[in-house]
Order: sequence, then structure tokens, then C-alpha cells
Amino acid sequence: MTAPTPNPRETYDDDVVRLFFGATVLWAVVGMLLGVIIALQLAWWPANLGLPYTTFGRLRPLHTNAVIFAYAGNVCFMGIYYSLQRLLRVRMFNDTLSQIHFWGWQLIIVAAALTLPFGLTQGKEYAELIWPIDLAITVIWVVFAVNFFGTIAIRKVDHLYVAIWFYMSFVLTVAVLHIVNSLALPATLTRSYPVYSGMTDALVQWWYGHNAVAFFLTTPFLGLMYYFMPKAADKPVFSYRLSIIHFWALVFLYIWAGPHHLLYSGLPDWAQTLGMVFSIMLIAPSWGGMLNGLLTLRGAWDRVRTDPILKFMVVAVSFYGMSTFEGPMMSIRAVNGLAHFTNWVVGHVHSGALGWNGMLGFALLYWLAPRLWGPIARPAWVETHFWMATIGIVLYIVSMWMGGLTEGLLWRAINEDGLLQYPSFVDIVNRLQPFYWARFLGGLLFLSGVILMAINLWMTASQAGRAAPTPVPLPAK
Amino acid sequence: MSDDSVRYTSWHRAALENKGGLFAVLSVVAISVGSLVELVPMMAIAYAPEDIAGIEPYTPLEVAGRDIYVREGCYVCHSQWVRPFRSETLRYGEWSRAGEYIYDRPFQLGSRRIGPDVHRVGGKYNDAWHYEHMKDPRSTSPGSVMPPYDWLHEATWDKDDVAASVHALHTLGHPYSADVLADPGGVAFKQAEEITARLADSNIKTTPDKEIVALIAYLQRLGTDGRAAVAKAPGGAQ
Repeated sequence: MTAPTPNPRETYDDDVVRLFFGATVLWAVVGMLLGVIIALQLAWWPANLGLPYTTFGRLRPLHTNAVIFAYAGNVCFMGIYYSLQRLLRVRMFNDTLSQIHFWGWQLIIVAAALTLPFGLTQGKEYAELIWPIDLAITVIWVVFAVNFFGTIAIRKVDHLYVAIWFYMSFVLTVAVLHIVNSLALPATLTRSYPVYSGMTDALVQWWYGHNAVAFFLTTPFLGLMYYFMPKAADKPVFSYRLSIIHFWALVFLYIWAGPHHLLYSGLPDWAQTLGMVFSIMLIAPSWGGMLNGLLTLRGAWDRVRTDPILKFMVVAVSFYGMSTFEGPMMSIRAVNGLAHFTNWVVGHVHSGALGWNGMLGFALLYWLAPRLWGPIARPAWVETHFWMATIGIVLYIVSMWMGGLTEGLLWRAINEDGLLQYPSFVDIVNRLQPFYWARFLGGLLFLSGVILMAINLWMTASQAGRAAPTPVPLPAK
Repeated sequence: MSDDSVRYTSWHRAALENKGGLFAVLSVVAISVGSLVELVPMMAIAYAPEDIAGIEPYTPLEVAGRDIYVREGCYVCHSQWVRPFRSETLRYGEWSRAGEYIYDRPFQLGSRRIGPDVHRVGGKYNDAWHYEHMKDPRSTSPGSVMPPYDWLHEATWDKDDVAASVHALHTLGHPYSADVLADPGGVAFKQAEEITARLADSNIKTTPDKEIVALIAYLQRLGTDGRAAVAKAPGGAQ
């Protein structure tokens, strides 16, 4: 152990990483608990509790905002603040900006929780937050961007490692998406109307919505994969060349994919076709990333059997590969005609969210805890958590596939007379109940694993205490 | 480390991957191409790729009702988007045209059908049906999983609030007459009285200032302009 250094700039700022770490665990529990509650509401409607604040229509946006922007957002910030400093061999540009970023982001999440249940919403999926909160997001994002690019500007190494390219596209593109999609005219303090109307609003929203998946849930997580997976496996990244090709292909192609959310709508055919074609092309760069991640484990596969962190990572990257294959398939018009509006889409989203974002986030938490505090308090629980999460996801996805195909096929079934074979919509709804219950159980199992993780990490931090600050290595001459 | 630097030395490493600013600019260029190609043409046409005669802005009461629809997150379970499939036109009615949505801010096409599509729900049921359905969904639709929305029958809409919304939409280009703009709340109240009178005919007693009345006004309007316009258009309804 080195003695505490008098100049903080000679150490990495891990305090802010610890803050984002705690927020990640907290919002994981909250966001996924909300998910389990709304899953129960579909299986058993009295769980809506008869209150305006707890109906599915108001809690579902709270769930999506909590898991995307609170849980996944904090995972990204935690991983970026940890890895950026080490990759650039310099402390973050400005500690005050780091603190403003952390507390500002958490306040935005609290503001979301204090508005959405009260029906204060913009009514655009994944962009529900009202205009004053949108402004706050913009300010905090600029703070983050200044801190991020400031750190790059004062770096002590020339090369920008591949992870940083992905972080960069996250910082820049999310800013563009958020600003363009949120342009609106306020009518009151809590209500505004978008400057776009009808189909144009729909197109802008799904350009935003799909690229929130791309640049909030994919590119930063790929960056995290590129830093933390080689660290955990103790192997260099498989191919630098592949990372270059799939980075540029991914950022160029992804932005076109939004219109696949509007197939068979009033959107002009050319835009629908572009959305479909680019979605299919996306398989290539997506699988480029998956393969680069999995092949990084060459020569380390024996350790996957014994190291639960590597297990989480392998399953996360595999789910990434799976959902980036499923997504393009669902973007094909004919397949979309069946899948759209059904539970299949919900299953697809969760194979990405629980599998890719969930599992990779958990791997990071378990890998960072010993470095930020000390040895994991209950190592055996990590393995237990892994299996709870994996079995939970499988239950979730399979039940949603079956439920989705059921409703999709029954909605469109035409009898010999050319009439609807199942004219009663509610009859079809009632056939979905077993799938809703199975999904609820899958989600509950996944949530239980997260709670187990939270307890384990809490014990780890309180037993071990903070790790000593890591000194910034002197630049190699 | 030395092995790596030998292996990775290439022209683009020095030219691009070591230059943060240039790299950032180029990555923004990469995302701008698709964005511009797809978004600009749709933004350039003022409203929709097809103009449909006969699509009118929502009345002030319907605007209030639509705000309630958005507030309750109805779009989370109900789409407003009938696709051009035989199975959908049989179940819901005329398929949805782009030009029908021009006064929809925000759009409410939805992405999930936990419940049925509602784009053609206007005129499908009477006012009393909606009143009872929101109070207890299972009284009109046995087996439904929709939660009751019985607070809408007690809560009241606010005239000033309606005025603020109508004026904002007018600023964004929705054509409202000077009479409507002079007193949106009053215009809304008159329409609400017509609905409460119809509800009274069905032995339902309520007052025009209730939120449920505004919501009924909106739901009964949904998709009706488009249906009428398509019926009149050359080729007619399909």
C-alpha cells in the first residue's frame, strides 16, 4: 500500500465510480421491481390497485425509464469513469463536473419518479419525461460531455483505445437524438406539444427510440465489453481491425433502422424499406462485435467453467448476438406483420435488456467491487445469481415468444367464409394468461437474483471498506 | 506492450484513432447521413405525405380528452393504427392513412396491443358504453384485463388549461377560428353539455366539467374524419 498522496490528481477518481456503482445497484432493484409489478398487473388486473398512480399505463413508462436511463445509464457512467481514466492514464478532467454529473443524473431520475406516476408525461415512448426535465437532461449531458472530452484532451497516451470510440459515439449521438426528438412548444409548466405532428412525429420518435437502443444500450455497452472483457479474461482483444470495421459500420447503419417500427403504417414506402434493409444489414456489424468479444476468450474458455464473472459476460454477449439476429428478422415486413404489436416484441426487447445490458452490468459490478472495496463477501452467491438470472431470462423470453405468436396468429386467423376466426379480442387476451404468469415468474426470479446481488455487494462494501486510491502511473518514456 | 504497438501500427491509427476531435466529428458525420436522408423529406412536407380533405383539428373538449388519453398512458396498451390487412380491417375498420394524423401531437400510434386498436373506435359504441367501460371495464367487456379508470368520473377538467393547450396548438399551426380562440373553455363546455345530455338519455347523471366527458368526446371523434374522407375519395373505402 502506498501512502495517501497529497495531490489528488496523482490518483484516479474512484469516488465517483463508487457513487455510480451504488446508484446502479439501487436503480437495478427499483427498475426491475417495477417490471415485476407491471408483469403481475397483466396476469392479474387487481394489481393495478385502483389508484391512478399505480395503473399499468403510468407505471410502464416509469419501468422503462428506470431500467434504461437509471440502471443502464448508471452502468455506462460507472464503467466509463473507471475505464476512461485508466485508458488515458489521467484523472477525470474535473472532479466538480463529475459530481454535478452524478447528482444531476440521480435528481433527473427522482424527478421522473415524481412526475410519471402523476400522469405528467409527453406521451412518446422512451421520451416521456416532461419538458423541464428534458432541459435538465440536456444540461447534465453537456456537463458529462465537457468532462469526457476534457479528459481526452489532457490524456497522457496518444492512442484512443476502441472502447473510447464507442463511448464517444454514445456521448455525441445521445445528445443529437435527445435534442431533436424533444423539440416541443410548452403549453403549461408540465405540458408541451411536439413541433412535429402525426407521421413526422412518429418517424422522429422512432428514429430516436431505436437509436436509444443503439447508442444508449448498445454502443456504450460494447465499449464496456471491449475494456472489461479482456481485463476479466486476461487476454487481449481478438482483432483490432475487426473492431474498426464493425464500429464504423455499426454507427453508420444503426441510425437508419428506426422506420422498422412503422412498417405497414402511413409512413412513405421508401422510408419503410430503408428501415427494413438497414436493419437486416445491421446483423454484420452487430455480430462483428459479438464475435470479437467471444473470440477474446480464446484460450481462456476453461476459466468460463469456474469464473462466474466470465459466465455473466459470455451469456451477455451471446444474448447480444441473439437479439441482434432476432431484431433484423423481425424487421422483415412479412415477419413484422405477424410480430408487431405482440408480446414477441416484449420478449425480444428483454433478451437484449435482461441478457445483454443486465448480465454485462452485473459482470461489471462483480468485477469492480473487489477493486473499489475488497473481496466479494459471498463468492458462492455470485454463481447462484448467475443461474437465477439465466433461468429467469429463459422463462421470460420463451413465454413471451409463445404468447406473442399466439396472439399474432389468432388476431389474423380467417375462417373458410373469409371472416375472423376469433372475432372477440378479449377471448384472445384471456388465452395469454398462462404466458403472463410464466413471464411474471421469470421476471421474479431475475429480480430475486438482483436482490441477492445487492445484499452481497452491500456486505462486500461494508465489510471491506474503501480501497486505497489507485495512483496514476507515470507516463512511459 | 511493444508487441501490440508493432502489430497495430497502421496509417489510420495515426491519422484517425489518435485524433480525438477528428474522430468525434467523423462519427457525427456517420450518424448524420441516415438521419438527414430519412428525416428531412418528412420534415420538409408540412404535415403528411398525403393530404386528405376533411381532416379537421380536434375541438377544445377533444383536445382536453386527448390530453387525458396521453396522461393515462392509454397508448401503452392501445394502438391507433389499423394496418392494411384483411384481418385488421375486418376487426377494426378502415386502415389508417398518414394524412389522418396531421393534428396528432404527440402521435399516439402505439407499439403494443394489450387491448384492441382504437383508431376507429369513434362512433362504434354510444357515450354511455364508454362511461361504463371506464368505470368498470368488465361491465361492458367481460374478461377484460383493463384497470378501472373511475377517477375520471369525479375529476374535472379546467377551462384555463384547455385554453392553454388550444393556444399552443394554434401556434403550432392547427387552424382554429377566432371564435374558438376567444374562449376555448366556453366552446368546450358547450360540447360537454351535449354529451351530458346524451348520457342523461341513458339514465347517467353527470356534469359537463367531468374528465370522463372530455375523454368520451375525444374517443368518439377518433378516426371518424378519416373514415368519412376515405369513403368520399375516388376509389372509396376498401
